[in-house]
Amino acid sequence: MSGIPHDHYEPKSNAEKWLHSRLPIMGLLYDTLMIPTPKNLNWMWIWGIVLVFCLVMQIVTGIILVMHYTPHVDLAFASVEHIMRNVNGGWAIRYIHQNGASLFFIAVYLHIFRGLYYGSYKAPREVTWIVGMLIYLLMMGTAFMGYVLPWGQMSFWGATVITGLFGAIPFVGEAIQTWLLGGPAVDNATLNRFLSLHYLLPFVILGLVIVHVWAFHTTGNNNPTGVDVRRASKKEAEADTLPFWPYFVIKDLFALAVVLVAFFAIVGFMPNYLGHPDNYIEANPLVTPAHIVPEWYFLPFYAILRAFDGEVWVVIAADFLTGGIVDAKFFGVLAMFGAIIVMALVPWLDTSSVRSGRYRPMFKPWFWVFVINFFVLMWAGAMPAEGIYPYIALIGSAYWFAYFLVILPLLGVLEKPTIPPSTIEEDFNAHYGNASVGTGPASAKIPAE
Amino acid sequence: MFRKLVISTIAALSLSTGAGLAAGASGYVENYEFSFQGLFGRYDQDQLQRGLQVFTEVCSACHGLQYVAYRNLADENGLGYTPEQARAYAEQFEVYDPSIDDWRTATPNDRFPQSGFEGAPDLSLVAKARAGFHGPYGLGLNQLFNGIGGPEYIASLLTHYTGEEVEQYGAYFYENETYPGGLIAMAPPLWDGAVVFADGAPNDIESMAKDVATFLTWAAEPRMMERKQLGFTAIIMLGILAVMLYLTNKKLWAPIKSRVKAGEAK
Repeated sequence: MSGIPHDHYEPKSNAEKWLHSRLPIMGLLYDTLMIPTPKNLNWMWIWGIVLVFCLVMQIVTGIILVMHYTPHVDLAFASVEHIMRNVNGGWAIRYIHQNGASLFFIAVYLHIFRGLYYGSYKAPREVTWIVGMLIYLLMMGTAFMGYVLPWGQMSFWGATVITGLFGAIPFVGEAIQTWLLGGPAVDNATLNRFLSLHYLLPFVILGLVIVHVWAFHTTGNNNPTGVDVRRASKKEAEADTLPFWPYFVIKDLFALAVVLVAFFAIVGFMPNYLGHPDNYIEANPLVTPAHIVPEWYFLPFYAILRAFDGEVWVVIAADFLTGGIVDAKFFGVLAMFGAIIVMALVPWLDTSSVRSGRYRPMFKPWFWVFVINFFVLMWAGAMPAEGIYPYIALIGSAYWFAYFLVILPLLGVLEKPTIPPSTIEEDFNAHYGNASVGTGPASAKIPAE
Repeated sequence: MFRKLVISTIAALSLSTGAGLAAGASGYVENYEFSFQGLFGRYDQDQLQRGLQVFTEVCSACHGLQYVAYRNLADENGLGYTPEQARAYAEQFEVYDPSIDDWRTATPNDRFPQSGFEGAPDLSLVAKARAGFHGPYGLGLNQLFNGIGGPEYIASLLTHYTGEEVEQYGAYFYENETYPGGLIAMAPPLWDGAVVFADGAPNDIESMAKDVATFLTWAAEPRMMERKQLGFTAIIMLGILAVMLYLTNKKLWAPIKSRVKAGEAK
């Protein structure tokens, strides 16, 4: 790994030397595991490990589930019940897989919010951010297709609604929708290809995770101060960092154990709380549920999708200006995907010279409103699109876009940031001691947070 | 496929059950107490056996239980039947066996039949497919504290007929305070003393409704007690692991965090 100077792998025994000269895999593992990590990382830096764990857990439980699952419209629902009733331990594997998706999304949202607050997306970590956004998109696709597989009522109607979004694309929409479904409607071909892709995409995610880790191992981790690790000499770097093993591995494993206690409390005592009862009714193309709702992790974007109906002036304007090509339905689809695209573009939309939100007094309230707004949108997405809820969703959607397209660009110009500590060592010592001993500049009067 | 379409169409036209249930705007659901609720809740074996009796003598006239096999009656943490009792129960029934193209006496490996007609939903999963509690305001707090409410929904439905009958489009509907929309096609199935229990347990409508709701909860979630066991085991093991990792982490970081105070350069 380039970047922060640190000790590299030295083969000692003859066997190690033999292997190293042929395949330097031990060196790769050593350098990956011993990466110098800013020693002031706080507890929001644990979610990456939780996410890696989730991915592995979902792949392992998923591979086992496929051994007993039958991807056929007449048999899928019954085969899931077979897993729940007759396969030894099948109920546990299935509940872990089902709730594992929720844990995965809780972790990814906290991970993303961590990045947004501490400016982890800013130069030089744009590629890490973009790759992360790709992983997130693939996660959403994988989760969506996985939810279709049990072939319950919400599976079927969720698939119908979401694939219907592609039908809103002008001119080519219907052709694309047919191509995605493998036929004119959600049917056996859809179920089969969704299983195929649901099995494939996690491995694509795994590949992207390796790229994601590679990218930030090149730039080094961000940290709560946003200040770079000093790289002039190994000695300076060592004052700012500690090796990932054992310091952060143990810390992350502790956090993971705590998270898993909560996870198994849900699996053991309320495994269906996050699901929808309708999905225990077998799919029936002739009975539409009155209230089709996606899983909780899609709700904010579902709210954005539904917020832009034909009565909103921007939608009317877009419809008029494009001669009806961008109608309300297509506008909603554009808004939903646009919400993720603007988030992916945040490295170039945030103009602030300071990386971490900790030193940005004006940024902080806007950020927390953004977080609250995320939950408001989630809630609005779960409510029926009638009465006051579409207006709440519209205000929330407007704030989402305003945050990325207006607030972040303007704040960089208007805001006067406070002064971050000059080194990570200084920040660390401000928390854990009064005097600074070491290689850093000796200015130690940093107010504790 | 065609057969299925026709049957489904009839079902959709006659009842529109799914639509009503998904509406969320359901009626009154009483928050009954059940022995299987809570962290330590267990199925009451006697109650499950009574529930099976109610199901057999009343519900099964129309409703199926297609995902439950007769042998499941002898499963651990369930009704507590011996394999012989489960076999004796199964042998009361005839099943159609396609391999001999004829009807034969059921064996423990056969499953309960499917619903007699499409308008009566299969009850294998009904306790998980219905939500008794909602809100408030879409926040999910009622379900968090009271559970999703499937068993309560079943028991309430059976006990909250008003006695009113309404004729619509040539069919009779029965007014029910629990059923979404208020009018249900199922006639009141229970009356006081409808089933006589061998153990002399109370057989008023409410007791029977709770018995059969318990049985159907078992039918939908036969592994509930193992599941709670898994929950406790996992939480205790992971809790111990977390404490050990916490102490390891503390010790590991102690020299780093106190090095300034100790005056010791790295």
